[in-house]
Amino acid sequence: MSTTESHNEAEIVVDPNAVSMTINGKTVQARKGEWIIAAADRTEDFIPRFCYHPRMESVGMCRQCLVEVEGPRGPMMVVSCMTPVAEGQVVRTDTDIVKRAQEGMIELLLANHPLDCPVCDKGGECPLQDQAFSHGPGESRYVEEKRHYEKPIPISGLVFLDRERCILCDRCTRFADEVAGDPLITFTHRGNNTQVMTFPDEPFASYFSGNTVQICPVGALTAEPYRFKARPWDLQQQESTCTTCSVGCRTVVQSSRDEILRYQGVDSDPVNWGWLCDRGRFNFQSTNSPNRLSTPLIKTESGLVSASWTVALDETARVLRHAQPGSIAILGGARGTNEDAWAWAQLADALGVDMRDAQLDDGLPAEIFGYPNATIDDACSAATVILLAPDLKEELPVLYLRLRGAAEKKKIRIIEITTHDSGLTRYAWKSLQHEPGHQAETVQQMLSTPEMQEQLGRGSVVVVAGRSNLAEAAHHTMAVVDTIATTVSQVSVLPVLRRANVRGALSLGLAPRGTSDAAAILEASANGKVDCLILLGADPLSDVPDADLARRGIAGARHIIAIDTFLNNSSAHADIVLPAAAYGEKDGTTTNLEGRVTNVAQSITPHATSRPDWMIAVELAALLDHDLDILTLQDIQTRITQTVGGFDGLSVSVAVRKNGVLVSVPPISPLQVHHDAAVKRNAYEFRLVVARKLYDEAIGTAMSQSLAALAPGAGVFVHPHDLERVGAKDGSSVRVSNTTRSVILPVHASMTVARGTAFVPFNQKGVDIRELLEATNGVTDVQIANIS
Amino acid sequence: MTSSYLHAPGFIAGDRPKIVTSRFEYADSYKIDRFIATGGYQGLRSALSRPAQTVHDDVKSATVLGRGGAGFPAGVKWGLTPQEVWPRYLVVNGDESEPGTYKDRLLMERDPHQLIEGCLIACYAAGLSQCFLYIRGEMAVAQERVAEALNEAYEAGYVGKNILGTNFSVDIVLHWGAGAYVVGEETALIESLEGNRGMPRLKPPFFPAANGLYGQPTIVNNVETLANLPWLMTNGVDAYTAIGTKTSPGTRMVAVSGHVVRPGVYEIVNGTTTFRDLIYGQEFCGGIRNNNALKAFVPGGGSAPWFTSDQLDLPFEGSQVGAAGSMLGSGAIMVMDETTDIPAAALTLTRFYAHESCGKCTPCREGGTWLERILSRVVDGKGTDADLAQLIEVGESICPGDFPHASNEALGLTAVPFPYKMTTICFVGPSAYVPVHSALTLFRSEFEARITKRTMIKVTAVGVSS
Amino acid sequence: MSRLTDAHVALAKEIIGRYPRPKSALVPLLHLAQEQDGYITRDAMVHIGELVGVTSAEVYGTATFYEMFKFEPVGKYVVNICGTMSCALMGSEELMHHAEQRLGIKAGGTTPDGMFTLEHAECQAACTEAPCLQVNYRYRYRLTPADLDELIDDLSAERLTHEIPPHGTVAKVRQHIASHRGVGVVAPELVTESPAWLNGKAAL
Repeated sequence: MSTTESHNEAEIVVDPNAVSMTINGKTVQARKGEWIIAAADRTEDFIPRFCYHPRMESVGMCRQCLVEVEGPRGPMMVVSCMTPVAEGQVVRTDTDIVKRAQEGMIELLLANHPLDCPVCDKGGECPLQDQAFSHGPGESRYVEEKRHYEKPIPISGLVFLDRERCILCDRCTRFADEVAGDPLITFTHRGNNTQVMTFPDEPFASYFSGNTVQICPVGALTAEPYRFKARPWDLQQQESTCTTCSVGCRTVVQSSRDEILRYQGVDSDPVNWGWLCDRGRFNFQSTNSPNRLSTPLIKTESGLVSASWTVALDETARVLRHAQPGSIAILGGARGTNEDAWAWAQLADALGVDMRDAQLDDGLPAEIFGYPNATIDDACSAATVILLAPDLKEELPVLYLRLRGAAEKKKIRIIEITTHDSGLTRYAWKSLQHEPGHQAETVQQMLSTPEMQEQLGRGSVVVVAGRSNLAEAAHHTMAVVDTIATTVSQVSVLPVLRRANVRGALSLGLAPRGTSDAAAILEASANGKVDCLILLGADPLSDVPDADLARRGIAGARHIIAIDTFLNNSSAHADIVLPAAAYGEKDGTTTNLEGRVTNVAQSITPHATSRPDWMIAVELAALLDHDLDILTLQDIQTRITQTVGGFDGLSVSVAVRKNGVLVSVPPISPLQVHHDAAVKRNAYEFRLVVARKLYDEAIGTAMSQSLAALAPGAGVFVHPHDLERVGAKDGSSVRVSNTTRSVILPVHASMTVARGTAFVPFNQKGVDIRELLEATNGVTDVQIANIS
Repeated sequence: MTSSYLHAPGFIAGDRPKIVTSRFEYADSYKIDRFIATGGYQGLRSALSRPAQTVHDDVKSATVLGRGGAGFPAGVKWGLTPQEVWPRYLVVNGDESEPGTYKDRLLMERDPHQLIEGCLIACYAAGLSQCFLYIRGEMAVAQERVAEALNEAYEAGYVGKNILGTNFSVDIVLHWGAGAYVVGEETALIESLEGNRGMPRLKPPFFPAANGLYGQPTIVNNVETLANLPWLMTNGVDAYTAIGTKTSPGTRMVAVSGHVVRPGVYEIVNGTTTFRDLIYGQEFCGGIRNNNALKAFVPGGGSAPWFTSDQLDLPFEGSQVGAAGSMLGSGAIMVMDETTDIPAAALTLTRFYAHESCGKCTPCREGGTWLERILSRVVDGKGTDADLAQLIEVGESICPGDFPHASNEALGLTAVPFPYKMTTICFVGPSAYVPVHSALTLFRSEFEARITKRTMIKVTAVGVSS
Repeated sequence: MSRLTDAHVALAKEIIGRYPRPKSALVPLLHLAQEQDGYITRDAMVHIGELVGVTSAEVYGTATFYEMFKFEPVGKYVVNICGTMSCALMGSEELMHHAEQRLGIKAGGTTPDGMFTLEHAECQAACTEAPCLQVNYRYRYRLTPADLDELIDDLSAERLTHEIPPHGTVAKVRQHIASHRGVGVVAPELVTESPAWLNGKAAL
């Protein structure tokens, strides 16, 4: 950096939106369109507030943030949350009349508040409590009978509502309507009887309900998993990144006595704006689960038995040492940190392992990263967003929030190309439905429509690309992404592969070498060509769409080493199981779907004897005489920044900051896209769509008691007309068959499913739909028969 | 018992200029045939025969003041819409419910076509492409009369597509509420019309003229305001401004209720008629019942600070009444004679506003009910001295600083002019405090008497009927 | 516990069609439901939500704001006695006491036979005709206790059915815009030009 700075007057660019004003006599720089309270938040003069929230529209409702602004007829009292800044504006927050008004407001808010702070979860972190001390009159003269309501009432499986504590600030109700798009809680009744409620006997079933608890300025809304668990002053906290999916929401992990008790969203401007989905917020319960693996396990004649780390690592090293060259395979790595992935990639390199894939045949080929990269902000400010993705509300909920918000504010136009209605369908400018496997025709049609052409010519186009249908081969999506990328100008791609660090793992060495992707590895294993299959936080038996392939692959492997937090379907078949440290139990960094590297922080000691993945890799390398020259996490981070292209600008101290740092990764492998013709229907009348719901049998959900019950369970959804055609009643059982196999599922009518297709949620409790999926076919056609 | 269904009673005609009540003498005044036979839709023809801008200019130069409460000139209001933003809407405020007010319902029940004609003139002049006529939910007959009139007017070609064969086309949609006083506030009216809870929006940024119904420029006009337009168009600006004063031209509908000999609704000459004329004049109310003494009166609807006989000679003119510490509001005078139990009377109004709070602003939601509870206790004879101080304290949380009140010679009070400062978005919260403040300022001894007695006083009725 | 009947759905669609945004029809549709059932049922709110495209919770939030909507069955005749200042000055409290005695219920209650619900009402815009009341939103003015007795007699004997419909029906006349006369609704975002008549010329 230059130490001699000279400013030429002519060089100073005057920002036309800059506004200079004073607050309590001090000059403040602000921008046109900003509210006074936002400008004041950059000064030392705190304006008390309850209803104002910087990520929601102001309503000017609680009246706590009154200030005085000089006007033509003397000082005027205005709410600072809804009065815009202006050039030369003179604001006072400290006059007697302002103080009187603010004190009066606190007294009025406390009038009907039960003051049950000693038994309230919010006590100690309560804006009402804090501001009653800082801006209140110090006493209440309210001697009347207070409002009484039944307290507290569950308004969903996760959230409790205590209407007596509520100060009617409209934050939760505004969030539900404005941010989440789930207006299932509203104000009801009027005046002094106003309350927040759901429709009678209908739950606040929103994937984002936990946010209302976080933004509630009193203890009116509490979350079931945290109720009466801790006091704020007993909590330790670490800023971190949620690794439930690949959006990478910033969080604070709060723990007490070495137990994680709560996650809170942190406002990261380019990512989550402070919001979290409920799955990300509440799945910390799985970390505390008693079902976690405590010690290494080794297979004996009597099954898997506990072993010491020394024995287990020695045994692992022995297996690896005796494997034939080229017969070791690694599946997984997308659930760990960047450092975990890199260390395992180093070990793989040392052992000459080519068979590696961080994905499980349920995403898109790593080539997707080869297109010009879009960030979340790029997508939310693009002229056009083309969705070729799974239902983002179900798989990447906070990305859904961001895109929904941008579409609602008319900042972007969404063109959705989908097999069934998604959460974003109602916000899309155009939603083009196609039969699975026929997206190429739909895209061709779109590209040739004058109206669409005009829209696509309006500015930047971001393609949000992911695996929308697990019953359909990935190349269908890749082909149309490629068509759009090569036909339309100003295109960039936001890949939405869902596992938290899939991008980091693929970038740091766990991408397939050549054609040896997960499917090929499992096929090789089925054919007896794998001596040792390493499952790095991977559960192929649960996640690989082709269940038969997964079964054959697991059965065919001579040895299986599993590194995981739980014993799952696949690791139960392992010869050696090594317990891994979970999220919150280790430090490191993670890379989100847009390539943003942020830190994950250790808040508690790893469960029992479990260890971070990277440490296991380093120790194994040492036992195999391949010194990786790594002692600490920092060593890995230094090596990554020195050796991995794109990560060279990265320093961990930067990543720890809440917005992290974007890394650019050169194309992982050359693009080779197959443009196959659409697959013709066989005689069967339904084409299958299989996709994930937010809550399923995934281990983090299933092992979190608050979330487990929210999974909808297995079933098949068809259009009401199709249901009639099948002759089945809603909820009755039907037989769903492909040419060779069949399963029995409850059937439901749904208007969101196109006629002639059948939607089945993936990985739900009950019958496994994967029995009908075949890797060799590009699509899956089934018939449905009424059996009741 | 007479069937009072067919005619809204209360209107008392007189030998005075009639701008909006000229047809009230006819039993079938609400039918289109009568309307047309008595010059109806001539104002519309006159307007359509001139460019829209000229019509707008006329309304401006005639200074047609808003009759809903704030008294803002309609022509100026129409001009506040941003340039070249379309469409623009007209919302007619027929949600009359200010305590003491009774005039818009008369105009809707007795002469709905006049209102429709006024709407059409406004839409033509200000380029408003759809009109929503919002009638208070509880006014069944007004809704029926306006519905019937609209059906007739559509059929006859006065409303709808290509009105009178011109390129002027506008729909008038009858909308009706479901019981909420606050919806009379224009931004709450818009919220209600959008299907929401009728909670006011903050102005700015939600000035309806710029950001109103569906976010579009929206003119909200009161029924009586619009009912003035047909006469203005037919008779011209000069004829209109010849009535009343320069700042308050034309006439006003005023309802005088309470302890007077002849309570009723009068169309009076604006700006010159005094309160003494209205209460004591033989062509108006003819004095206080039983020749009792006047104790106090509310000059402009329940939201207005009270006057006493000291203010009787003030004319019905906005700026003078404002300087004297009150407001003209919606043309409603409520008269209290010497028998009135003042704390109990104040309670009826405070209870009204507490009940009608929408619940949005903290001071109104919590403060209004608090005021009502304290006042209720005082009226019941269970109050304490601290309660009287607390009434003022709570009031100051709603309206900090000096609060307007009238002068009073006997008490040595000088007037504090209208308006007040307020911590709320709309006037409902302050209005709960208005009667408390007026009554305590002018009749404090009556409150103290309740407290010093320290006995239960059974209050069965407000003001002993005699 | 009913959804809207087919006839009411047809009416509802006509009403919805008059507004640029369907949600605007919410209050009129709630009136329609109350007209059908005498009060607002849970199923009706769900149905109305479907018709205007909002959640049941939003319907409920709007409905409970407005006093005229009842969520429990009420009497065939809802008697609202005004108690605001002008009526209070003219003896409305006495009238209320009388009504309570005559009907044997307190304000807010319903007679066991389901004929009458008595309510304390706020200003009804008939202040010069105090004290006043409404029966199912039809006025009676300057009532004495004797007038009230006579009214209750007439209502009990169903002598006023021609004038006063059962609770739920407010206006008996509805607006109808014939398609050949109506301009029709255009979504505001689709309007970009000023109205045709703002061309600087007289329309006639």
